Formats: sequence, C-alpha cells, structure tokens
Amino acid sequence: MIQMFNVSKTYVGEVKIHALTDINLHIRKGEFVFLVGASGAGKSTLTKLIIREELPTKGQIMAEGRSILRMKQRDIPIFRRKIGFVFQDFRLLMSRTVYENVAFAAEAIEMSSQDVKRRVPAVLDMVGLGDKHAAYPHQLSGGQQQRVCIARAMVNNPMMIIADEPTGNLDPETSYDIMSMFQAINSRGTTMVIATHDREMVDRLKKRVVGLDRGRIVRDEERGTYHSAYQQL
Amino acid sequence: MSFASLATVAISLVILGFAWMMMINADHMAGVMESELEINVYLRPNVDSNRAAELKDFIQKLSDIDEVVFVPKEEGLNLLNGRFGNDVDLAESLGGENPLPDMFRIRVKQADQIPDVGERIQRLAGVDMVRYGQEMIEQLLQLTQWVRSVGLVVVVATAVAALFLIATTIRLAVFSRSGEISIMQLVGATNWYIRWPFFLEGMVIGLLGAMVSVVALYLFYAQVAEHLTGSMSFIPIVTDYSVMFVVYRGLIIFGGCLGALGSVFSMRRFLRI
Repeated sequence: MIQMFNVSKTYVGEVKIHALTDINLHIRKGEFVFLVGASGAGKSTLTKLIIREELPTKGQIMAEGRSILRMKQRDIPIFRRKIGFVFQDFRLLMSRTVYENVAFAAEAIEMSSQDVKRRVPAVLDMVGLGDKHAAYPHQLSGGQQQRVCIARAMVNNPMMIIADEPTGNLDPETSYDIMSMFQAINSRGTTMVIATHDREMVDRLKKRVVGLDRGRIVRDEERGTYHSAYQQL
Repeated sequence: MSFASLATVAISLVILGFAWMMMINADHMAGVMESELEINVYLRPNVDSNRAAELKDFIQKLSDIDEVVFVPKEEGLNLLNGRFGNDVDLAESLGGENPLPDMFRIRVKQADQIPDVGERIQRLAGVDMVRYGQEMIEQLLQLTQWVRSVGLVVVVATAVAALFLIATTIRLAVFSRSGEISIMQLVGATNWYIRWPFFLEGMVIGLLGAMVSVVALYLFYAQVAEHLTGSMSFIPIVTDYSVMFVVYRGLIIFGGCLGALGSVFSMRRFLRI
C-alpha cells in the first residue's frame, strides 16, 4: 500500500536537522504497524510524509503504485480521503459538538447530507459515543475526545488510519480501550500505522514493529515487542 | 471575522467615502468657477449685421465652443444703463450717441481652451478686441488643477489605507481559524471547498460594512449640505444628492470585493500543501 525508497528528510533552519535518513519501508494492505522510538527519532515526520503533509528531501514514496511526490495539487485531497488521521492532541473543533466534529470531516469531502446523517451516528456508535453526540469536546474526558477523533478518521471509510501518539495523553486503561478499537478496525481490513511510546500496548498486541532511532530504521519485526526494540538501542 | 472586521470595514470606508465626497465637491467648485469664465469679443464699428452673423456662425463652428451670444450695442447700452440704476438715462447724457461696440459673449467647453480660442478669434476680420482676463484664468486653472490632483491623491491614499486595514483584519480572522483549515485539509477537503465559506463570509462582511458606511455618509452629507446651503450659500457644494450615488455604489462594490478577495488572499498561505 505504502512504499518508501531511500527516503530522507532534512529540515533546514539555523541548524540542519536530519529527521529521517535513508528509509526503506513497505507497508502492506491490511497490516497493523507500530512505529516506535524515542522522542525525535522521526516517527512524526514519517507519518507526515505518508499523508503528504511534508515532502521528503530525497527518495521516493509510492501509494498504491503511484508516486505521491509527483501527485498534482488537485489530487492531494482525493488521496487524503483514503487516509484517516488520529492526533495525540485530538485537534477537535472546540466550538462544535461531537456530531458536528465528525460530520465536518464527512462534509469536507462532499459526502451527501443523507449519507452524513446515516454514517456519523454509525461511527459514533462504533467508538461507543452514540449517546454523546450533542456534547462539546470540553465536556468529554481525554479518552472520549480521542474516540471522537477516531470516529472522525473513520467516517470517510479510509483504507488506512495513521495515528501519531494516539494514547500519549491517556491513562493505561483508556489507552487499552483505544488500542482495542484500533484492532477491531484493523480486523475489518483497514491498514493501521501507529506511532507510539506506549510500551505496554506494543508488547500486548504483538504486531509488526518498526523501530526508529535518530532518523534511521534500526529494526523491523513481525510480531515484535517494544522491549526488544528498546534493548537494541 | 464578524463584528471587529465589520466595524473596520465600515470605518475605513467612511474615511474613504468622505475623502471621495470632498474630491467631488472640490471638483464641482472648480467646475463652477471655470464655467463662469467667458470671452468677450468686441467688434469694429464698421461691421454690419450680416458680417456679425457670419462671424457668429464661424465662431460657433470652432472646436471647443459651448455658446456664442451676440450682444448688439443697443442691448449693451441697456445692460449698462441697468447697472447705473433707473434714475439715469445714459443714452441721453451721452448726447444720443451710443459709444459701445457690438460684441459676442463666448463660453467654451474647457476653461483651459480659452487662451487658444481667444487668439484664434482675435485674428478674424472685423474683430477689434478680445478680452478674457488672461492672468486670472491661468491662476484659476492652476488652482483648480491643483485641487483636483490633491483630491485624487487623497482618495487613492485613503483607498490604499482602507485596503491594508481591512486585509489585516481579515488575515487575523483567518489566522484564528487556521486549526479548522488544517483539519479540513487533512481529511481531504479540496482547496475550493475550504475557501468558499471564507469567500462568502468575507463578501458579506464587506457588503454589510459598506452599507453601514453608506448610511452614515448619506446622513452626514445631507446634514452638511443643508447647513451649508442655508448659511453659506456662496460655497457652491453639490446639492444634487444623486451625484453621491457614485460614491455609495463605489463603496459597496469596493467593500464586497475587498472582503471576498481579502479573505481568499489571506488564506493562501494556509492552503499551501
């Protein structure tokens, strides 16, 4: 689904920062992949490259066999509709209700209002927030806000969900709920790419683990654990 | 966006509209003064009425001529008599002889053509003398030209100031919604889908602000015009209010376009991917 060939990303500012160096990565359809590594290892940059929020300095990135670097400006929104994004800080619109936050994403891709009315309650039910549709984000707990964010990522039926530290602000129990939800979504065929610090979660789920350190891939294991990644560092 | 932007648009456009109205009035005053200028052409005593009619025809066919009035010497004497009052009979005191020549009063379309037209008429056979207050005209023309240029500069400057003021306000408003914009982009909204509501909102705010300014200016001008024509009637201000509709229409178009385009331009850097 996503292939990266010799991808490097350098941020040029007062000092040059080599965020990623020579990344080769192949994420297959339907896979569940953890990106692990210390802060600054390049996890966030990697997710930004996948959704083409940023462009690599070197290398090539393919999505379903097409280069996303050579993609025309007007095709970028179309490409992004295939990907749902979940943020550590949720990025919800505080002045809108739970329902509106999710509907907003569906309307943004010009889904018909009939489909919006059908689809939004369905995804809210799926993340267990069917009864909270009229609440505002500040009335919800962190875990609930993250579920709204997941519902928003799900509403457009993406082929892939990318999550950047989705449990970074949550307590262990809530984190577990969120991860279970990701597993359930993955079991329906949606590709999951999750950048995380959450050691326990990675160890418990036993999924593919890609370890990053100072911008390089240092490990790529099927059914890996966070620990083994940690020891190698 | 909203109230602050609306107020900024309204205030900026009031200032612009005010400067514009001033310019229209200055131009009007200059025009009034210019229109009062005329050329007096005195004919030689031996010119008969046929020749006078020929001359009138000829002058009328010159370019830039607005109006030619023939004043025979009898009428000239009557006019002069009128100025001295009813008690005096000028003709009688002059011994029954009329010393005045026949003359033309000529108005031209453009005041700055007066010297040129005057010179051409001076060369015609039968013309004795051409008078048009050369020096006065030159000074007056300089003055009116200056008033118009300054007025134009003031209007353009206030328009530019209004543009920047409004653009800044809109940029701040768009900036406060940059989070919303970035979320829309990440879920795959097209740039036009994102832009459209800002475009409409900007236009509505621009139009509303412009309407507020038009109402304010309308009331203000009606008051001032009424006051001035009452107490200082020698100042020739524009009392035909429909003239000011140019300003009102201009402000509303300017406000609407500015609001709409301003918000679209302010969004550009948020929409870069």
